[in-house]
Amino acid sequence: MPWFKKSKAPIASSEKKKGQMPEGLWTKCKNCEEIIYSKEIERNLNVCPKCDYHFRVSAQERIDLVLDAGTFVEMDAEMMPVDFLNFKDSKTYKERIKAAVKKHGGGDAVKCGEGDIDGMKVVVAVFDFAFMGGSMGSVVGEKITRVIERGLELKAPVLVFSSSGGARMQESILSLMQMAKTSAALAKLKNAGLPFISVLTDPTTGGVTASFAMLGDLNIAEPRALIGFAGPRVIEQTIRQKLPEGFQRSEYLLEHGMVDMIVRRQEMKAKLSQVLKIFTKS
Amino acid sequence: MQFFLDFEKPLVELRKKINELRDFSTDNVDFSGELKKLEKKAEKLRNDIFSNLTRWQRTQLARHQARPYTLDYIENIFTDFFEVHGDRNFRDDPALVCGFARFDGQPCAVIGHQKGRDTKAKVYRNFGMPNPEGYRKALRVMQMAEQFGLPIFTFVDTPGAFPGIGAEERGQAEAIARNLREMADLKVPVIVTVTGEGGSGGALAIAVGNKVMMMEYSVYAVISPEGCAAILWSDGALGPQAAEALKLTATDIDELGCVIDDIIPEPEGGAHNDPVAAAASVKEYLQKQLAELQKLSPEELVEQRYQKYRAMSRIEE
Repeated sequence: MPWFKKSKAPIASSEKKKGQMPEGLWTKCKNCEEIIYSKEIERNLNVCPKCDYHFRVSAQERIDLVLDAGTFVEMDAEMMPVDFLNFKDSKTYKERIKAAVKKHGGGDAVKCGEGDIDGMKVVVAVFDFAFMGGSMGSVVGEKITRVIERGLELKAPVLVFSSSGGARMQESILSLMQMAKTSAALAKLKNAGLPFISVLTDPTTGGVTASFAMLGDLNIAEPRALIGFAGPRVIEQTIRQKLPEGFQRSEYLLEHGMVDMIVRRQEMKAKLSQVLKIFTKS
Repeated sequence: MQFFLDFEKPLVELRKKINELRDFSTDNVDFSGELKKLEKKAEKLRNDIFSNLTRWQRTQLARHQARPYTLDYIENIFTDFFEVHGDRNFRDDPALVCGFARFDGQPCAVIGHQKGRDTKAKVYRNFGMPNPEGYRKALRVMQMAEQFGLPIFTFVDTPGAFPGIGAEERGQAEAIARNLREMADLKVPVIVTVTGEGGSGGALAIAVGNKVMMMEYSVYAVISPEGCAAILWSDGALGPQAAEALKLTATDIDELGCVIDDIIPEPEGGAHNDPVAAAASVKEYLQKQLAELQKLSPEELVEQRYQKYRAMSRIEE
């Protein structure tokens, strides 16, 4: 029996929309292109059993993976973004918000709350990349800041699982300011002697990397996640040459001293538990 | 050769005519009546152009090649300036100028992005786009200022942090992030002036201040208009449209009511028309803000800064 339950369809099943596979029974791995029985990937925590490729998972799935069953209590679930600039590209921001909420529910691109890891109280924020590319606007910045402040209140460790394209353009300058706001809150957490663990998952780029995601007392990455400041396309355009193989992947960041360790999804909870016990002297 | 923007052209030509006529004037030939008329015309023309600037035109002004840069402001505002170099880890970064000086006789630290004016200087300054070592140098200087109890003045003018392989390798994101966290905790006054381009995280990494001001024709946004257009419409040439959408001018940002404290007026036609007057205008505002901040204790400074950024959001709950 699997040791967690799925509340939603696995993200891997979205592959079926390409029409190559009958009704999500089989999934083609994005990395090794092996065609695998979907149930098998799901059972393997959305990790490819052939090549260890980590498929993206929803915030709820990740919470189920790392927190003790039934301990998660959500905060600020209904906080909503506002289109205060009347931003419009091909669609208005209002329309984009509406579409995203309809598809993925309220609360924007991050799910926050408190819960337990092996009985230890923690406060967590988990990104949902499916919600507007996990982009950070006022709501994401505010929710992350409140998570940190809740950690201060409870004297509990704070964990953030990032997966984001960066700051949300539709909120322009205020999105940028969320970087300063969240980082300032982390200064308080640090001064209070509380641990902050940043888990970077595929992909974490832009303003999220350049604020709280890189500020972990420990930075932990999932295997082969794209992690960087500028996106690969921007860099290619700037330097006008192809980027080296493996550039901006977790393994590259480990080698260059930017993350402390790479942890596979299967081992994430055990590793977090081990780390937190040391940091909290329990 | 003097550099000017398309929309400045009619004004520049009229100015040239006025100057020519003035040169012609001698004791015998009096053009003063004519000159007066032309001066009036020039003033009207300037008002017409500058009262109806689009956001894109303002972006161009913020990037104007003749616009004063950090070193110009340092020369005109501070005395006793000496520059310091290097992050003590990798190398020096000429895109960020850091040093110490006196402001009205009072010792202080000064930090700012620096662009170059001619091609050689532009390359040397990397177009004002810092690498991680630039941000680490800035942090080193800011923490030194804290150690000695000196106020910090920063001047923001960058297209953004440099997006290159080396920058990623050495942790551009970490360098910016750490500055944000550490600046939030500085126990001395930090006064930020956006003088030209406030380019995203690369700007913010030296811009977490107790007071943040923008010059009249400066811009500040989460992404450059070209970058925004490239993502939204896959066409960087649509920058003008993106500039409108991003609402990046000083007035736009002032209207949000929580991001900047003041707009610093510029000489007519923009700071580049009179860099000395522009610097005098900046100085006046710096004096005002510093006087206010000097009333606060180190703890109050940290708290005031925290609450300032804490209040920055627009949400519905």
